[in-house]
Amino acid sequence: MKVLVPVKRVVDYNVKIRVKSDQTGVDLANVKMSMNPFDEIAIEEAVRLKEAGKATEVVAVSIGVAQSTETIRTALAMGADRGILVKSDETVEPLNVAKILKGIVEAEKPDLVILGKQAIDDDSNQTGQMLAALLGWAQGTFASKIEFDGDKILLTREIDGGLQTLKLNMPTIVTADLRLNEPRYASLPNIMKAKKKPIDEKTPADYGVDVKARLEVLKVTEPPQRQAGIKVESVEQLVSKLKEAGVIG
Amino acid sequence: MTTLVIAEHNNENLNDATAKAVTAATKLGGDVHVLVAGQGVDGVAAAAAKLAGVSKVLVADDAQYAHRTAEPLAALVVSLAGSYDAIVTPATGVGKNFAPRAAALLDVQQISEIIEVDSADTFKRPIYAGNAIQTVKSTDAKKVITVRTTAFPAAAQTGSASIEKIAAAANPGLSEWVSENLTKSDRPELTSAKIIVSGGRGMQSGDNFHMLDKIADKLGAAVGASRAAVDAGFVPNDYQVGQTGKVVAPDLYIAVGISGAIQHLAGMKDSKVIVAINKDEEAPIFQVADYGLVADLFQAVPALEQELTKIGL
Repeated sequence: MKVLVPVKRVVDYNVKIRVKSDQTGVDLANVKMSMNPFDEIAIEEAVRLKEAGKATEVVAVSIGVAQSTETIRTALAMGADRGILVKSDETVEPLNVAKILKGIVEAEKPDLVILGKQAIDDDSNQTGQMLAALLGWAQGTFASKIEFDGDKILLTREIDGGLQTLKLNMPTIVTADLRLNEPRYASLPNIMKAKKKPIDEKTPADYGVDVKARLEVLKVTEPPQRQAGIKVESVEQLVSKLKEAGVIG
Repeated sequence: MTTLVIAEHNNENLNDATAKAVTAATKLGGDVHVLVAGQGVDGVAAAAAKLAGVSKVLVADDAQYAHRTAEPLAALVVSLAGSYDAIVTPATGVGKNFAPRAAALLDVQQISEIIEVDSADTFKRPIYAGNAIQTVKSTDAKKVITVRTTAFPAAAQTGSASIEKIAAAANPGLSEWVSENLTKSDRPELTSAKIIVSGGRGMQSGDNFHMLDKIADKLGAAVGASRAAVDAGFVPNDYQVGQTGKVVAPDLYIAVGISGAIQHLAGMKDSKVIVAINKDEEAPIFQVADYGLVADLFQAVPALEQELTKIGL
């Protein structure tokens, strides 16, 4: 079984981002970038499937600027076998990412694609579902457990009221939730080894995809700031303040 | 302009999220229809027909929609989409699952979790865990939109829409529902509760969460949690408030033993009044709290319970 894992280079999750003063976007100059946390979980799951003898090859894919190579190298250091970089200097929206991934799936013919459930920059939560739609495959989103049942996947997903289990036809698209696993740290020897693993370079045009955006970003602004509050000295004072504010009692 | 809102429900009751999505849909201008897809959903359809601003309710009653799995639901929505200019759904677990699938089938770039409608094609949505607000204009002929329900009030129950039964669409037959394990609770639902008491890593154990239960019972509140509390196994994951959990905006949010990481703030910083109880006075939660109490929660929480009893709660 071959597993494809798309990974995205995003602002590190610990960074407090700054909106540019001209309102054109978020300032990404000299900001620490990392692999999207949900994608780390996706890679970890794929590598575990390989270690369990279920997967034969894990291919990591990233779509974006040249520096996305670093994100692919991270995936290779975690245990992926090879990488594909689809280079684009434009911001590629989820629908176009899904179209490029469809082209890669048709070329690579994986049995399973594992994605993160959402990227922590655009917070769209769309790409996996869109890829499943374009391929006409089943989708197992927000996965917290993946098991195999013959030629099907038994997938436990996080839903609003708890958990749900689905049986999905293969090939399948899975999107990883935070609780699917705990990603490993890449060791130094594995980081060195990853430097020798191959990364193919492609462009969106290779897959016949025009990455022109459908959503025009008119502006990006700061969210309304909350007023600074007060520190109370005691529980009694807290309760009386809450009564005054009319939120309790 | 006609908009189709996909109802969120559990086959028995219409979820409040639907009424909020209807409010967003009415802001697009034009007619609003609601699709109720499920099994045995006459009651849900009747409730949807009462929502102000809705002119027609479509009912697809079929076993394949019983659990609103993405593949059949997206196929149904796509089969209806020809008559609509916009497809709107609350950004709930179900909505986030099927809507992008439907959008891709319609070749539309979905607009996720809108918090404001500027016009029929221009919307505001949070990005970077709510640390920036993006205004986007859609150039797609048809819009597929998910709505952050905490940003819109619920539509009133003063309507009287017509109800029309429709046939099921062909089942793609790609997936099969096996089972569900739902967390049982007598408390209000987290995303619609007026008051929420949330615990974090500082609670130290699942047993200690019962301290919060007592406060929640007095206040008629829901209990939430930070990711740290969920990962530590103190409470089930559907308690989680934050970027990757539920987004809430109650009148009162009491954060107990929660440091206030960016990801948690993303899920609760639109609450009207925020209270933080934390022994670390440097904790980031105090930067957004209206009332902060620097104290050991193991003393403060029982004291709070007593104090609430004193004022007759």
